Amino acid sequence: MLGVLASVIDGVLVGFVYGLAAMGLTLIWGVMDVINLTHGAMIVAGMFALLLIVHALGVSAYVALVPVMIAGFGVGIALYWIAIHRMVGQAPLMSLLSTFAVNLVLVGLGTAALGTGLFNVDVHVPGISMGRYTFPGAHIVAAIMAAVIAYGLYLFLGRTRIGKAVRAVANNREAAELVGIPTTRVLAISVGLGVALAGVSGMLIGTLFPFTVLSGDAYTLKSFVVTVLGGFGNPLGALFAGVALGLLEGAVTPFVPVSWTLVIEFALFVVVLIVFPGGLFAPRRGAL
Amino acid sequence: MLLLRLARRPFFWVIALIVAVFAIAPLIGDNVDLRESLVLDALYIILASNLNIMLGYTGYINFGSIVFFGLGGYICLWLVSGLGLPLAVSLPIAGTCVSGLALVFGLGILRLRGHFFALATIGIIEGVQAFVQNFKPWGGSAGLYLSGGVLKQIGGPANALWVIYFLMIAVMGLSLYLSYAVKSSKFGLGLLAIGQNEDAAAVLGVPTPLYKALAYCTSAFLPAIAGGLFFFKSAFIEPASAFDLTLSTEVIVVVMLGGQGTVFGVALGALLYSELRGYLLTTATFSNFQLVISGALLLLIVLFFPGGLMGWIYSRFPRIQKVLE
Repeated sequence: MLGVLASVIDGVLVGFVYGLAAMGLTLIWGVMDVINLTHGAMIVAGMFALLLIVHALGVSAYVALVPVMIAGFGVGIALYWIAIHRMVGQAPLMSLLSTFAVNLVLVGLGTAALGTGLFNVDVHVPGISMGRYTFPGAHIVAAIMAAVIAYGLYLFLGRTRIGKAVRAVANNREAAELVGIPTTRVLAISVGLGVALAGVSGMLIGTLFPFTVLSGDAYTLKSFVVTVLGGFGNPLGALFAGVALGLLEGAVTPFVPVSWTLVIEFALFVVVLIVFPGGLFAPRRGAL
Repeated sequence: MLLLRLARRPFFWVIALIVAVFAIAPLIGDNVDLRESLVLDALYIILASNLNIMLGYTGYINFGSIVFFGLGGYICLWLVSGLGLPLAVSLPIAGTCVSGLALVFGLGILRLRGHFFALATIGIIEGVQAFVQNFKPWGGSAGLYLSGGVLKQIGGPANALWVIYFLMIAVMGLSLYLSYAVKSSKFGLGLLAIGQNEDAAAVLGVPTPLYKALAYCTSAFLPAIAGGLFFFKSAFIEPASAFDLTLSTEVIVVVMLGGQGTVFGVALGALLYSELRGYLLTTATFSNFQLVISGALLLLIVLFFPGGLMGWIYSRFPRIQKVLE
């Protein structure tokens, strides 16, 4: 019983990071109704940026946080101009295809350059013991960092001028344009933020688990599930839903083989979509 | 009835010509190399034509079309090796099973619209793959093998390759006629209406969830049979090759390259892509970058030529729409 409890608590810790990853997806989705299928590739890029920084500079893993965030923002702006700008407002098919194509290019380059072997980053953080169980320090630090970044995003969207502009564009792009908000720039910034969040969450996941070039798919799927649970375009909902997914994963892991976890999560995804079409914590229109 | 009506249109005979060329070309001089390259072309045409029913007509992107192909292969090989059924019986059973499964899935996930359907199809690949990897009767991640003896039922190893080739061409012809027949039927018009504006289609009386599920189920049958043939030919199936991510993305590239929603364009796209791929794979520098090139090609098409090759041809020669549909 205590084992299950420990597994659940650990799941919740990891869930914060899932929530952070999904926030990146849901932000772009909410603002411009585009699903960023490069999400997985960006998460993996974050993981390999971590690997590069730790191995090349020999510094602590958490130093990578700021550079990954800045680089992610830049990559996101580039992604917007390459693949998304022409697709905003078109049929969903087109933006799905264009981001899917970029994802293929990135995954293809990654596989060609790095192969599909397993990589690992060692993080030495003392864990916290509770009886016979020890919670890895890396999990605790990652959860705290994810929560802090999520709170930072919440403040950014709520308090700053750019954040308010992002919310205005999400709410009604034409009206935002009419009151003088440079919507194109705001859309680009939103994609930048979304990708930065994906990169940072990838970096944090890289401190928790080993990874390969192809890990992205599994985390993309998790992000979809979290987004659906949390309500589309609702970053705070995504964080809670991420924690909920982590909790579920923690509760299920002791009983079923790992390879089934994704199937269970996916089944949950379809059921939630059919029963609650707007997501479990569906926001009011434009509640971003 | 529909078939008779179609036979009066020139495009009906264009398809017949394509099939005839495929069937006769390798026979001239017993050209085995040509046969092996044409069988791959035919496979691309089958998968792309059937994906086109969803992607081109209905405007619903199915990232998991490869699931039909892989499951068909698994069911067929399992029937042949596990239960000892002949190939002629196993193929239709595999097709029917996969189609039925697609109908059940479809009725569930096709209530989802637009984005959500696309996401659900990504989940289906993961789900089916995890299932197959854990399913003991299908050999788990090790896969299924056929013993050499099963080839006797279609005339020994040398003959078998020809039999499989002609079966594959037959399935290709059926795929082309199927997508043409669907496009010309009332059902197809309903699908095209869904593709243009789903709400308007529903208001005008198109039973959208049912039509979408039927389209999904229709587009599953022939790829499943092609999967059965393909893996019967290689006598071996494993999860990684059955649910090959590269193939499933290539098929999307093929549909977009040829022109989504056109029958001829998709076949043309399949031929062109397959030639390009054959060239790239034999060039050492490029063989590692196959995914990169497919992706870059897809991005260019989506950004600059959303109509694909046929879209370009139609805009240059509008009258050709009457002959090549």
